[in-house]
Amino acid sequence: MATASSPKILVVGIGNPFRGDDAAGLHVVRALKEAGLNAATLVEHSGEGAALMETWKGADAVILIDAVSSGAAPGTVHRLEPLIDPLPSAMFQHSTHAFSIPQAIELSRALNQLPGRLVVFGIEGTDFQAGEQLSWEVAGVLPEVARQVIEETRRLRSLVESQR
Amino acid sequence: MKSRTIKVDYLARVEGEGGLYVKMKGDKLLDVKLKIFEPPRFFEAFLRGRNYSEAPDITARICGICPVAYQMSSVHAMEDAFGVKVEGPLRDLRRLIYCGEWIESHALHVYMLHAPDFLGYQDAIQMARDHADAVQRGLKLKKTGNDLVTLVGGREIHPINVRVGGFYKVPTRSELDALTDRLKWAREAAIETVRWVATLPFPEFEQDYVFVALRHPDEYPFNEGHLVSNRGLDILIRNYEDHFAEEHVEHSNALHSVLKPDTNYFVGPLARYNLNFDRLSPVAQEAARAAGIGPVCRNPFQSIIVRSVEIVQACDEALRIIERYQPPEKPAVEIQPRAGTGHGCSEAPRGILYHRYRLDAAGVILDAKIVPPTSQNQKTIERDLREFIPKFSHTPQAELQWKCEQAIRNYDPCISCSVHFLKLDLERE
Repeated sequence: MATASSPKILVVGIGNPFRGDDAAGLHVVRALKEAGLNAATLVEHSGEGAALMETWKGADAVILIDAVSSGAAPGTVHRLEPLIDPLPSAMFQHSTHAFSIPQAIELSRALNQLPGRLVVFGIEGTDFQAGEQLSWEVAGVLPEVARQVIEETRRLRSLVESQR
Repeated sequence: MKSRTIKVDYLARVEGEGGLYVKMKGDKLLDVKLKIFEPPRFFEAFLRGRNYSEAPDITARICGICPVAYQMSSVHAMEDAFGVKVEGPLRDLRRLIYCGEWIESHALHVYMLHAPDFLGYQDAIQMARDHADAVQRGLKLKKTGNDLVTLVGGREIHPINVRVGGFYKVPTRSELDALTDRLKWAREAAIETVRWVATLPFPEFEQDYVFVALRHPDEYPFNEGHLVSNRGLDILIRNYEDHFAEEHVEHSNALHSVLKPDTNYFVGPLARYNLNFDRLSPVAQEAARAAGIGPVCRNPFQSIIVRSVEIVQACDEALRIIERYQPPEKPAVEIQPRAGTGHGCSEAPRGILYHRYRLDAAGVILDAKIVPPTSQNQKTIERDLREFIPKFSHTPQAELQWKCEQAIRNYDPCISCSVHFLKLDLERE
């Protein structure tokens, strides 16, 4: 159980629930809520960059989960560490927002406001048409992503604690 | 003679696919095709068969940046159908949440998207390295708007507290008072923003536009008023479709709105400002005058100044509303559904947003029509590009593309994605 003194770990699922596979990140966070993951704060988010920068303020570690489009096979899970390598912005082009995740990360970097640890899970989507239905490739991979996020949460927690 | 083609493709999560196609032969402009907007047909279909009470939350999903506008136009349309009028503190709270949305949306556009164009930066990230203070001010302004929306709307991104007839829960006096100091800071920061953007270099580019906006007897418009133009149009919202139409465009699946029979028109901050300068608060008028723009501005590049003046207006109006706020006895007026058709139109940050719903006696939606501001501006943006590009025909390719994007961003279209998302194809004969 998280206490006041334990590391603040944020898991943010990003997407639009009415745009097909774009909702993948939201589905993962909902699954984690149902599974009762309480070692992290779970947030559903639209991905608007400036709001995202506010959301992760003060967090020790942040995990972002979003749909991406890079040309890989649908359902491929990309694990990215943007503190080491900037995100390829073309991968996250499915955004309503001119100011989206890669921009939020890079602007935070320019302003020295990045969280200490940041991991991004990108789920390769295929169908971003209007609708509430996920493609079967994306739906099928969600349990595995949820498992990886739980694992990542543990890893980040012990990392933060060991560096205190 | 060399022929060149500028083709800019981009995709967006909500607004669909889009692109800009420009073809030139030497200095001569051959063709401009702009496709930046996909009409919200999915949502119109999705609303059919749903209860009237679901419309605010469903339509709020159409746009991640202006959910409040969608909620407001939908609740006004429903109330119009049911013969309900929302007044007093509930009406004020609606204006207050709209202030929050204008502040956050305009601050995002002015600082993160538009200013870098004028200052010669690729984006806000590059700009932040040299102008960190300005970027921080923009982010803090935007946050103040977010917090206002969160307080009144219950949630930051997709507010859930708005309902037909009012709200589910209204804020207390002390909750609103807690925002006063930050809004006072924001009003000063907005005045500073106007000063700052007034110093940017503006291309000389004025057009004889037809401006369309709401106009209210004594307020700068948010939720109510007549639809007016600078050419004498003055109609009730419910007569919108008698005067405006959506035309199918050959080169895309998009629709272009026209003022019947075939006039393109301009909605958004510049239109509101030009048609309602006398309704701005004294502090907003003063900021505009100090920036050197008169009561009428026809240069779309200066929309960045007008947008900043509207941030001053929204902060000032929010402070006025908070000062006089007395919580209502009930968070919403009672709704009694009845069969009929309702029309609503409100001033989204980007311009008028029209909703029309036909309902049965139980309040079930039979059909819905939604006309967002970006679809209404599309034809005008295309015309701007036709006028604008020949002036820069000798400009190198990359710079010309930049200028085209800047000209599109004058309108703050929802899909006005940053340069990262744009693809350029160059064709030479």
